[in-house]
Amino acid sequence: MSITSFTRRGLLAAGTALTLTFGTLTGAQAQTPPGVLIVGQIAEPKSLDPAAVTAVNDFRILMNVYDGLVRYKDGTLEVEPALATDWTISEDGTEYTFTLREGVSFHDGTPFNAEAVKFNFDRMLDESHPFHDTGPFPLAFFFSSVESVEAVDDLTVKFTLSEPYAPFLSNLAYPTGLLVSPAAVEQYGADFGRNPSGTGPFKFAEWRSNEAVVIEANPDYWDGAPELQAVVFRPITDANTRTAEMLAGGIDLMVEVPPVALSEFQGEAYTLHEQAGPHVWFLILNAKEGPFADKLVRQAANYAINKEALVNDVLEGTAEVAAGPTPPAFAWAYNDDLEPYPYDPEKAKELLAEAGAEGAELTFYVTEGGSGMLDPIAMGTAIQADLNAVGFDTKIETYEWNTFLGEVNPGLEGKADMAEMAWMTNDPDTLPFLALRSDAWPDKGGFNSGYYSNPEVDELLEAARVATDQDERAELYKQMQTIVQEDAPWVFVANWKQNAVTSERVENFTLQPSFFLLLDDVVKN
Amino acid sequence: MTGYILKRLLSAIPVLLGITVIVFAIMALIPGDPATAILGSYATPENVEKLNRDLGLDKPLVQQYFIWLGNMMGGDFGTSFSLNRPVLDEVVERFGATLVLAGTAFVLCSIFGIVAGVISAANQYGWGDKGITFAVLLGISIPSFFLGMMMILIFAVKLKWFPVSGMWPIYGDRDLWALIRHLTLPAIALAVVATGVIARLSRSAMLEVLRQDFIRTARAKGVHERGVIWRHALKAAMVSIIPVLGIQAGFVLSGAVYIEIVFQWPGVGRMLVDAILKRDILLVQGGVVLVAACYVLFNIAVDVAQSLLDPRIKT
Repeated sequence: MSITSFTRRGLLAAGTALTLTFGTLTGAQAQTPPGVLIVGQIAEPKSLDPAAVTAVNDFRILMNVYDGLVRYKDGTLEVEPALATDWTISEDGTEYTFTLREGVSFHDGTPFNAEAVKFNFDRMLDESHPFHDTGPFPLAFFFSSVESVEAVDDLTVKFTLSEPYAPFLSNLAYPTGLLVSPAAVEQYGADFGRNPSGTGPFKFAEWRSNEAVVIEANPDYWDGAPELQAVVFRPITDANTRTAEMLAGGIDLMVEVPPVALSEFQGEAYTLHEQAGPHVWFLILNAKEGPFADKLVRQAANYAINKEALVNDVLEGTAEVAAGPTPPAFAWAYNDDLEPYPYDPEKAKELLAEAGAEGAELTFYVTEGGSGMLDPIAMGTAIQADLNAVGFDTKIETYEWNTFLGEVNPGLEGKADMAEMAWMTNDPDTLPFLALRSDAWPDKGGFNSGYYSNPEVDELLEAARVATDQDERAELYKQMQTIVQEDAPWVFVANWKQNAVTSERVENFTLQPSFFLLLDDVVKN
Repeated sequence: MTGYILKRLLSAIPVLLGITVIVFAIMALIPGDPATAILGSYATPENVEKLNRDLGLDKPLVQQYFIWLGNMMGGDFGTSFSLNRPVLDEVVERFGATLVLAGTAFVLCSIFGIVAGVISAANQYGWGDKGITFAVLLGISIPSFFLGMMMILIFAVKLKWFPVSGMWPIYGDRDLWALIRHLTLPAIALAVVATGVIARLSRSAMLEVLRQDFIRTARAKGVHERGVIWRHALKAAMVSIIPVLGIQAGFVLSGAVYIEIVFQWPGVGRMLVDAILKRDILLVQGGVVLVAACYVLFNIAVDVAQSLLDPRIKT
């Protein structure tokens, strides 16, 4: 058929045209410029207003644009001065007086002073404040004990608390405590989140929706100008695509590398960073009813689960085995004497026999994903196998994250015997105070969904909250950890190590235990 | 004619109202609320209640529905919780990106699908036909998101011919070339399945036509074979190919969701997936209503066009 001759000619022409186009199209990939760090983020930020956001993803940008009164010392979770140079705490622990750093200005030129600090906290906490409507401020309850903020003079500000509250300083170091320019809030109102102004090492430059947030160096930064000229944060929600961008050189720094992709970054061209953080992954056990009402059975579950296998095989080494309720990242408050429950199925069987709970049926709530939950389905399945191996009869029920929270947070009573959970906190007080006290049972508005109750633990936690001396607090937390480990209200499973990969062009980058991304010392060649 | 168009437009109103009811009901029925999604681990009943109040979600559902509907009539689609910007701005911007991607893919699959189908039919059982049939089956069988990932791996990571993801370069000019460079891989990945379907159906439509008398007449009166195939036969076959194109346009648009996620294309599909996971009620509702309105208007336009072209359709 003559159609073929046409096709051949047509193909030739089409082929030539295609090759020509292709040459123009594909040309050498533009290298990312030196001095500009391109960061692969996991999502589009919600807002750049520190009082309005809750996600670590957003904090990664904010920590480079703003400062708080205090901050975490490099590589630790201990507070050190930032915009406050010094502070005193009253004897009864209810008055904090800060001396502010002199000569600091916000990026928009507004001077930083006591009035600015007062404006920030009043905006968040006082419903009658003219700019309270620039919220909502979902984490404002971090400062719910603040009764009043007073500008004593230009560089002195006094916080009065309704009751002693020891985590106050570390909450100030949290992104919710970052300070924004009052003038910028007055100018932009609810749009401040897209026109941010702080005092940090980088100034906001541009936000192209769903493409990039660009920040550039603040040459007048009080703590020394940053090395980089600019940082570009790109939201790349799909982990595979983020990995591909890193491999192709489209980004210089990638956060939250999926465990399965770690092997891609073994070569010289990349540096893999790891840092254990204030995170704990655990199983809530229902101590009110069913088999786990018996302490021996709860301990048996702790012995039965092979946590080494979970962190090494399921999580590919992206986590460490947890020993107790407090993550080791809180070095000052962590009890080094604790040893994790060993993997000992025989011991578990003995305990079960002693408790007469062989063959106990368990309902196990597993989630599909969620903040800090790591790989919950694979972990849940492995845990189920370990529990069944020692004589439990475990049945898994899987829920989507939001639904899961809606089931677990109101308490497990009448529904389940155990549930997966993970927390990331900024102070050793937060998690045990909200999830282990008798006064934190769900009906009292807490997160103690397994109804653990031990008056001794309650007492230690209450005492630690009002103690303003750090050593004294540390001692109380250490005692609490020993008791809680023995009582086993949870199965203590893992502490997540945050990871990141940088290309060989990036220097001086380190991850922080706070999980914040601090870029002021980073160099890119 | 004007009467017909007016009638069709009026009949769209109950459809759109029905869509608002359904999407509102679905968002109200699925477990989890925006406050829980925002607060995560900190979602105590007390915090959730306060945040829901701040977000205006503490009113009875029926009241919420009518507030939303009333605002929407006035052009106010509300503000997205998760992105903190007006729903309308976000949806319009995202829908534009989807149209660029899906439109390109649609053009690609129409041209390549029809050409492949015609060549296949003209060489029935020949090598060209067998080759195309094999390629088409392969194309139909590969899930588009997998194909997309493989294309990224080969053409972006290994060969570095194209960028991995996104719609525009982070640096450099936002010109047409930059767009084409970013568009090539996702548009091809999205077009492959539809190309296969169109090629198969064009082939059978052509074979049908090629058997008819007027083709024999054309050949008999000495029309060049190329003319017979492309001018006489294809013209007649288009009558049954065009409805297929219409259906495939819908598939391409909905298939864009996967491709947008794999290639991080800032389109409306990816936006809706993110919004559902974050329980961003207003963004999901507004997005669905606007996209549905576009579909409805598109369908009316197609019907009107058809009635103009084909007098047999009663107006």
